[in-house]
Amino acid sequence: MSGMGISLTRLLAVSRKEWIQLRRDPRSMALAFVLPLLMLLLFGYAITWDVRELDLAVLDQDGTSASRSLVEAFEASGYFTVVERLEAYREADAAVGAGDAASVLVIPPGFAADLSARRGAAVQLLLDGADANSATIAFGFADAIVDGFSRRVVLEGRTVEPAIDARIRTLYNPTLESRNMIVPGLIGVIMMTIAAMLTALTIAREWERGTMEQLASTPATRVEIVLGKLLPYVAIGVLDVAVTAVAGVLVFGVPFRGSVVIFLGQTVLFLVGALGLGVFISAAAKTQLVATQVALIATLLPAMLLSGFLFEIRSMPPLLQGITYLVPARYYITATRGVMLKGVGPETLWVQAAFMVGFAALGLFAATRVFRKEIA
Amino acid sequence: MTGGSVVVEGLTRRFGALTAVRELTFSVAAGELFGLVGPDGAGKTTTLRMLAGVLRPSAGDALLGGRSVAREPDHVRPQIAYMPQRFGLYEDLTVRENLSFYADLYRVPRAERPARLERLYAFSNLGPFQDRLAGKLSGGMKQKLSLSCALIHRPAILLLDEPTFGVDPISRRDLWLILTEMIAEGVTVILSTAYMDEAERCDRVALLNEGLVLALDTPAALRAGLEGAVVAIRAEDARRARDVLRQLSDIRRASLFGETVHAVVAEWVGADSLRRELSAAGVRVLDARRVEPSLEDVFIQRVAGEEAHA
Repeated sequence: MSGMGISLTRLLAVSRKEWIQLRRDPRSMALAFVLPLLMLLLFGYAITWDVRELDLAVLDQDGTSASRSLVEAFEASGYFTVVERLEAYREADAAVGAGDAASVLVIPPGFAADLSARRGAAVQLLLDGADANSATIAFGFADAIVDGFSRRVVLEGRTVEPAIDARIRTLYNPTLESRNMIVPGLIGVIMMTIAAMLTALTIAREWERGTMEQLASTPATRVEIVLGKLLPYVAIGVLDVAVTAVAGVLVFGVPFRGSVVIFLGQTVLFLVGALGLGVFISAAAKTQLVATQVALIATLLPAMLLSGFLFEIRSMPPLLQGITYLVPARYYITATRGVMLKGVGPETLWVQAAFMVGFAALGLFAATRVFRKEIA
Repeated sequence: MTGGSVVVEGLTRRFGALTAVRELTFSVAAGELFGLVGPDGAGKTTTLRMLAGVLRPSAGDALLGGRSVAREPDHVRPQIAYMPQRFGLYEDLTVRENLSFYADLYRVPRAERPARLERLYAFSNLGPFQDRLAGKLSGGMKQKLSLSCALIHRPAILLLDEPTFGVDPISRRDLWLILTEMIAEGVTVILSTAYMDEAERCDRVALLNEGLVLALDTPAALRAGLEGAVVAIRAEDARRARDVLRQLSDIRRASLFGETVHAVVAEWVGADSLRRELSAAGVRVLDARRVEPSLEDVFIQRVAGEEAHA
């Protein structure tokens, strides 16, 4: 009997043992099966960039039918809801400051008169810049509403062919639902975090409970132990991704246009890397508490902030852009969005696949290297 | 089963500035029961860990069954079994799951497993508890499970770190029955122990202190090597009796063994003379008689002698 080489018997024995332990540990079970769905629902409902029904306060100092029809144009757009009518200009600042309204439309006296005299009338829009994102969007909507309104006034029934007629068609996400962007991205963020957290527990637990010492004295090699430990978690991870994706499609109506096989293939690569990272952290930390905390910080924040999930990578400063190349979730999220929203295949995703193969290899290498079968 | 010899050559382990084990050198023949005895911090656990291949030696080497633990640990592991001092099995696995996990790790052929399990269950009386979680076993049963897992692959060499520490007397007897059986089959056993009665059972004993071997011989030879005679004294106030004895010129050493004072004296000093001296000092003596020196006497003398030199 030789102790050399990789033994499938030993590898599977470690997997089986790991699976039994996982099954009997409610904390790990919750982490593996409940948390992903919980996170999806929580983030899926909470995170949205769609700006609808902006609260609008109106100060109509003109009080004419022209000024009223401008206000109606705002209401009819569906983007603004008039929540408050103001009496004096000084109330405008207070309304925004107190958060009663996100924007204030000020129509000065003489608005109708200016219009009919063709002098060019002015209106003022006050925006709450504290929420820069919403303010920018509100500005865009307001600009378009006023533009449309003034064109109607100018033409007054006549029609003129515009010099350039821009016909804009949005591809892949025609309704510009931010949820369609968020859900595939969320799958990446959730799995990165859960995978690393799950495995972060596994080796640290062996050190903490003193089971590593006896395990280390057996012929089981570190490759057998690390791979054996990863196997059940890869299975759980793939199951999690499948359930989360199905929930994304059913609950949030996200399209799934691409190939399931490619989707799962990318998932396995990504999971092996993320799980390997967890083992690496676990082996280096040696206590469960430190391991889970490090795993959470090392995965959640970069996956949220530097993966292109929340913030466009191209608008980041060059240094941060460089760092995003080291964030595996970046590649996976590109892949999940590509498969789900665009239905793209290997011809586009091979770059992501190549990076994730690299990530998986690095994760496994790091995990087996740092994990020494030696105490103290 | 042959080839279970152990040759330790200059085995050394340093932890920073501390040298836990210092150039340890000894040989254990195949089938021998070899004991490591010494106070806490003597280096017993560190030695066993190095032999088990879970701790790298800073210097030196050990050959187990002719294979170097430092250079070819992969060849050493299949023929040894190591039982750490702290319970090293999975508390959230049942008795049977732990056993089959270890059987898998050592690739015990499936066909042989039922017979081996049956034998181990018979040895350990764990049969009725096969489906109990290891964490729910008593201390003694845990140790028997540990030993059973260690024996599932029929190792040639058993390394046991204080296997009976904190174990109830019945389980302790069971454990020794198993060990005796193994030794009869030719398994080499190296164990550390804090119990002198267990050390007495060993073929040979190494007395360790601060990482050094103070003495290494059969228990009988070690006892015979004690200079002087031992008088055991029971007094109403044992502590005072010891203090008084320590003032006497003929006394080499006086130490408390529970409620009894062991005085190591020159050969010509009789028990009666000590009784008279103590009575003169106002200590009521209940009993005083010459006794055979125990390993503990030898041990205390050696360790104290070491400290006197230092």
